[in-house]
Amino acid sequence: MSDPIIEIKQMNKWFGNFHVLRDINLTVEQGEKTVICGPSGSGKSTLIRCINRLEQHQEGSIRVEGVVLDDSSKGLEEIRSNVGMVFQQFNLFPHLTVLENCVLAPIWVSKMAKAEAEELARKYLERVRIPDQADKYPGQLSGGQQQRVAIARTLCMNPRVVLFDEPTSALDPEMIKEVLDVMVELAHDGMTMLCVTHEMGFARKVADRVIFMDEGEIVEENNPQDFFSNPQNDRTKLFLSQVLQH
Amino acid sequence: MSSATHWTPKPPRPAPVHTVGVRGWIRTNLFATPSDTLLTLVAMAVLYLTIDTLVHWAYIDATFSGANRDACLKAVQGACWPFVDAKLGQFIYGRYPELERWRVDLVFASGVIGLIPLLIPAAPFKRANVIYLLGFFPVFAFIMLTGGRFGLEPVETTDWGGLLVTLVVAITGIVASLPLGILLALGRRSQMPIVRSLCIGFIEIFRGVPLITVLFMASVMLPLFLPDGVNFDKLMRCLIGVALFSSAYMAEVVRGGLQAIPKGQYEAAAALGLGYWKSMRLIILPQALKLVIPGIVNTFIGLFKDTTLVLIVGLFDLLGIVQFHFTDASWATPETHITGYAFAAFVFWVFCFAMSRYSIFMENRLSTERD
Amino acid sequence: MSRRDVVLQFLMLVLLGLGLSWLVSNVTGNLERQNIASGFGFLNERAGFGISQTLIEYTEDDTYQRVLIIGLLNTLLVSVIGIVLASVLGFVIGVARLSSNWLISKIAMVYIEIFRNVPLLLQIMFWYFGVLRNLPSPRRAIEIGDSAFLSNRGIVLPGFTMLEGAGWYVAALAISLTAWFVMRRRAHKKFLTTGTPQSYWRVLALGAGTMFAIAYAMAGFPFAADVPALRGFNFRGGVNIIPEFAALLLALSLYTAAFISEIVRSGIVSVGQGQREAAAALGLSNNTTLRLVIIPQAMRVIIPPLTSQYLNLTKNSSLAVAIAYPDIVSVFAGTTLTQIGQAVEIIFITMMVYLSLSLLTSWAMNSYNKRIALVGQNA
Ligand SMILES: Nc1ncnc2c1ncn2[C@@H]1O[C@H](COP(=O)(O)OP(=O)(O)O)[C@@H](O)[C@H]1O
Ligand SMILES: [Mg+2]
Repeated sequence: MSDPIIEIKQMNKWFGNFHVLRDINLTVEQGEKTVICGPSGSGKSTLIRCINRLEQHQEGSIRVEGVVLDDSSKGLEEIRSNVGMVFQQFNLFPHLTVLENCVLAPIWVSKMAKAEAEELARKYLERVRIPDQADKYPGQLSGGQQQRVAIARTLCMNPRVVLFDEPTSALDPEMIKEVLDVMVELAHDGMTMLCVTHEMGFARKVADRVIFMDEGEIVEENNPQDFFSNPQNDRTKLFLSQVLQH
Repeated sequence: MSSATHWTPKPPRPAPVHTVGVRGWIRTNLFATPSDTLLTLVAMAVLYLTIDTLVHWAYIDATFSGANRDACLKAVQGACWPFVDAKLGQFIYGRYPELERWRVDLVFASGVIGLIPLLIPAAPFKRANVIYLLGFFPVFAFIMLTGGRFGLEPVETTDWGGLLVTLVVAITGIVASLPLGILLALGRRSQMPIVRSLCIGFIEIFRGVPLITVLFMASVMLPLFLPDGVNFDKLMRCLIGVALFSSAYMAEVVRGGLQAIPKGQYEAAAALGLGYWKSMRLIILPQALKLVIPGIVNTFIGLFKDTTLVLIVGLFDLLGIVQFHFTDASWATPETHITGYAFAAFVFWVFCFAMSRYSIFMENRLSTERD
Repeated sequence: MSRRDVVLQFLMLVLLGLGLSWLVSNVTGNLERQNIASGFGFLNERAGFGISQTLIEYTEDDTYQRVLIIGLLNTLLVSVIGIVLASVLGFVIGVARLSSNWLISKIAMVYIEIFRNVPLLLQIMFWYFGVLRNLPSPRRAIEIGDSAFLSNRGIVLPGFTMLEGAGWYVAALAISLTAWFVMRRRAHKKFLTTGTPQSYWRVLALGAGTMFAIAYAMAGFPFAADVPALRGFNFRGGVNIIPEFAALLLALSLYTAAFISEIVRSGIVSVGQGQREAAAALGLSNNTTLRLVIIPQAMRVIIPPLTSQYLNLTKNSSLAVAIAYPDIVSVFAGTTLTQIGQAVEIIFITMMVYLSLSLLTSWAMNSYNKRIALVGQNA
């Protein structure tokens, strides 16, 4: 078996004096789909942002494809180009067209020829089902379309793993489905995914494993089947009863 | 369903010492990376040299007392503070007769008394306060300063000078430019094409030319426009020039506020049956002006600094009078100029800085009120 | 428009017309009484005074029209150089203000708070009367590296004069610069099509070297150093920067830089943190992020207020009159007005010049702004 893509050991992080992540241990294998859930403020975003070093941890170790993340910024850009990320607020570049958003990194980071990058981008735009919007600006698209462009933009880098930070939380209900459909397809294609979301339907359908976090800790992890029907401790149970009520 | 175990969160641990406290602060804010360290060291060196020079000039090598230039002519020369000390009366009042200066003090004091409660948002009686400041105070100040009534000795404006002139020009400009600016802004948004074009023309012309040309116009050209024999004094003419000039800038600030008011407010006011002036006065302007208080204060700051330009057309504002006293041979030293400028700069700075802090304070207050 | 509005506007026009004609009759009456001529005929009269800095040839025998042009050129000179300096300094200070280095950020803040809260005229006079005119006389000038001198008559720098054949060098320089632009364009295009960064420096250096070698072969070394030297009470030779120009330029740049830095800072801040994070997450380097993501967005916010700062600087250069730098206000609305007395015409012309500069700039900026405006509802 090959190396795990992400390997986090005894990782701790503080914001000033606030202990936000406590003794995190997490290994993500190739092709694995992991869903992270937990109450707001439990440290989910911080955890996945540590994985591409948008945040820096202070103790323990994080390895991405075997490379240790530390202060030396050497190779950081390469790691980041192998780790895709989809944000809650999309973060598309408003001054560039959809196509330009997608080809920016392939051209400037992967040093791909423009024509080749555009071909690739059109392929992924088709996959997220918005091939005809390529020449529009992000501001002209709906939220759901923007998030799908963001996914396509990430895929254009051929990432080994994609991190999702509540990708559907900023969307109106009717748009959530179009984004989730794209994510399910992506999962079926074998992409390694680490996904913070409260969409339990999505977790049931594609996750290999569900992780529950609270107070900066991983409280419980299990396969979705057992996680939902048979939570191991009371905190998880309480959370699930609140989430699943609706 | 199986029974669940009870979960207790891990107690938080303190952060590693090198990341928090004074040590952590210094590390992240001054020495985060090697290039940061280098930058910090260079900055410290530059800072040290600057502060060292300043302290030597203003304090260690400076002269603090003396009756004339001789005191300041030393081997190592710093600031010549006795110059400022000797001329302070002139710098504040100009050639205003010494026996009558209490009148100026009284006007200063009554202005401050009216201004302070107005600036404190929580202070009561805003309406009475405004009436006092815009109605009573100008008349009172005019009578007190010019005299010739109620047994007061008349004092020609040509004898006014220093901070007095600076404040008179600035305050008149401020008081006149706000209403004029509001009218111009309303005119610019008016439905009536002739009114609109006149206002646009006025605003764009005054914003397109330097203040000094306006002052030239006021001091050389204005007398030509008046019938033979009619003339009024130079200070008055400059006041008109400054007020017109700053009202054009004020108009653009106010227009920004008017544009930011949602259309619904205009429609709601109309739906209540309010006429144009009533809806402006009661609904639109109060909101619009509040939105642009920072912009208004910034215009005031600009106006305050611009008052120095009156020295070019021969009035003696604070800077003008300081400059004028450099010609006094009994105080001619190599450091007199810089000392005088430093003093004037400090006075202007205090006023402008205070105004800019006030505008930031209001901005923060308004943005918290909004959400 | 209601009937009332029409009547109101009509009345306004009538009043305006009456007022204007009253003013005109006053003016003509006053002018006649004071024996002042009117019209623009004076522009062709002999000026008869000297000007301390002239970009084009000028003698006392030239006309007032020439004076106007000289003044305008001097205004433009100090404004253009001032704009460049203020922009560079303003950008540096604006970025420093945002530095994660606390000390750097605080120093930038102190600079901004000092320079923008002291009247510009005071700063101009400080640099001129307080510093530059306070320097030693040319006989005891401060030497900077042997051939540049700082005295109360200004700054003299060594220059060079071109002799016969210097044209070869000018041509070589022009060709090299053109080649540089062309190659840079080509390299970028090629980079986009192939994806590999193109290096053209070696070819460029080789080509430019050859060009200059040819120039040398044809003309030898056709330059003569022009080193300033003390003759009597002042320097001869070299390039002389008059203290009026230096003081005005310094004050305008330092003052305007404080405002520009605030504009730059708020422009950069306006690009959300999310944009930076998204770019970082894609693997873009800091430089690339700055160049392709941050700056293009920040510029949209920066350009409109930046333009008005540029206009302010140009208008503020009229404070030259206080230290007798020969700008348009100083030589035309000042000296010429005193000599001729035709205030109406002279001030009108001066105002029109500034007005045209302002309107021209605003127009250019508005069309540029329209071109780069963001598309879309939530942009
Ligand atoms: N940059 C920051 N500085 C200080 N505290 C932060 C920062 N980012 C997040 N936090 C705090 O860390 C905790 C975890 O935040 P986050 O990871 O965003 O939670 P989640 O995504 O699970 O809602 C929260 O209490 C939040 O207030
Ligand atoms: Mg979150």
